[in-house]
Amino acid sequence: MTEKIAVQDLTKVFEGRTVSTRALAGVTLSVGDGEFLCIVGPSGCGKTTMLRIMAGLETPTAGRVEMKRSGDPRRPLNSMVFPEHSLFPWLTVIDNVAFGLEMRGIPRRERYETAKIFLETVGLASFRSHYPHQLSGGMKQRVSLARAFVNDPEVLLMDEPFASLDAQNKMLLQDELLKIWEQHKKTVVYITHSIDEALTLGDRIVVMTAAPGNVKEIIDVDFGRPRDVFEIKAKPQFGEMSLHIWRILESEVRKARLAERA
Amino acid sequence: MSRKPPRLRVETQERLLAIVSPLVLLLVWQVMSWLKMLDARFIPSPVTIGEGAYRLVESGELWVHLGVSLWRLLMGFVVAAVPGIFIGLVMGLSRWARAILDPIVAATYPIPKIAILPLVMLFLGIGEISKIAIVAIAVIYLVLINTMVGVMTIDPVYFDVARNYGAPWHKLFTRVIIPGALPLIFAGLRLGLGVSLIVIVAAEFVAAKSGIGYLIWISWETLVIENMFVGIIVITVLGVVTTFLLREIERAAIPWRKERG
Repeated sequence: MTEKIAVQDLTKVFEGRTVSTRALAGVTLSVGDGEFLCIVGPSGCGKTTMLRIMAGLETPTAGRVEMKRSGDPRRPLNSMVFPEHSLFPWLTVIDNVAFGLEMRGIPRRERYETAKIFLETVGLASFRSHYPHQLSGGMKQRVSLARAFVNDPEVLLMDEPFASLDAQNKMLLQDELLKIWEQHKKTVVYITHSIDEALTLGDRIVVMTAAPGNVKEIIDVDFGRPRDVFEIKAKPQFGEMSLHIWRILESEVRKARLAERA
Repeated sequence: MSRKPPRLRVETQERLLAIVSPLVLLLVWQVMSWLKMLDARFIPSPVTIGEGAYRLVESGELWVHLGVSLWRLLMGFVVAAVPGIFIGLVMGLSRWARAILDPIVAATYPIPKIAILPLVMLFLGIGEISKIAIVAIAVIYLVLINTMVGVMTIDPVYFDVARNYGAPWHKLFTRVIIPGALPLIFAGLRLGLGVSLIVIVAAEFVAAKSGIGYLIWISWETLVIENMFVGIIVITVLGVVTTFLLREIERAAIPWRKERG
């Protein structure tokens, strides 16, 4: 598999007034082209920081992230799906979905046509003129997904997009995400704190250490594609792997808790 | 599930109530006058006031006063709102602008604006300009401060989205900053409207030869009490109507606003 994203010695220190916090301590990581990579780690381990650096929203203190461009330079390199409440409340559903296209100067008719296709994919075509506050949490995150996919980036960066949803909605959205992803085969970096979610979605899982964050272990997930989000959880390997990852993660979670109390 | 559907939409009911409640107050007043519960020398009945209003309308005097006050209010409002919104946006966006301007704003904001009317007249003369200026000075603070806070309280995630999706500067402005700050910009305009009514009447009491404030004052001095009440009612109606108009503009400008029941 060719390399799409190269993360090298990535270090991030947040300088506070009295203390400085090391969020990332020299992370090195390689993401393959078309890979679905999940990152799990205890809270505060710097996984969101890493994703934000990839998205160009933070600058690293040291090290670098390199995303390799393939083909059309007009396509955006990456688009991020934010955790929640990131839809613009003042834009209608279709304007939210078409936001990235509008920013690139694509005329209204054309961008609405493209946006409509993705709204249909996520089953929200009839809500195109609604405002976000008129939608449920699950519908909002569907719009967020559509917004990122419509933008047609080479890499999708997802920061716990379904964390705020209830269990059933979460499974439905995971299922929809995999279906859309399998059509487009984009490189995905997906952050979650849920081991089960990482196993359900990912090709590989990066387990991170407690702060300052680094890669503790990388685990291959051998479930084939296409996957059935609901069936996969019934497989015996799923439970075994879930426990295995938890054993790796457990000591880090405890360390993170101790650090929080200190 | 057999609940009767409401006859009127909630918004329509709200608008009706805004018109009906002052009318009820007037009716109670008239009844109290008939019952001699109010001294007619100090508080004339609505009918007497109506007669006064009729005379003022017929002679055209009322329209002159109303027109003059309206003009001063409108001009003062526009002259304040445009730079107020602009400076507020700049201060909301730039730490440097805040560092430079915030002390000046904070130090001068608490001055009761009517207190500097003599100063304003000293610089701008006794003509229209000084009245427009005093209204503008009173309004600009409220618009400016609210706009600044409106920009500063925009959730940072919206800036992240705009940046990640490659928003050029002008799109960031029209798609994120302006709509994000708009609810508080309108809050500032509403507060400014209320204050501008107070200030214009006070300024016209002491420093004008026309306007509703002048009408109230001169009627008091000449003891034409019903005309004084006409002035008070006209300025009240003016407040109600302008507030109503501003709310309608706000409804149209902020269609994503959640209506609360």
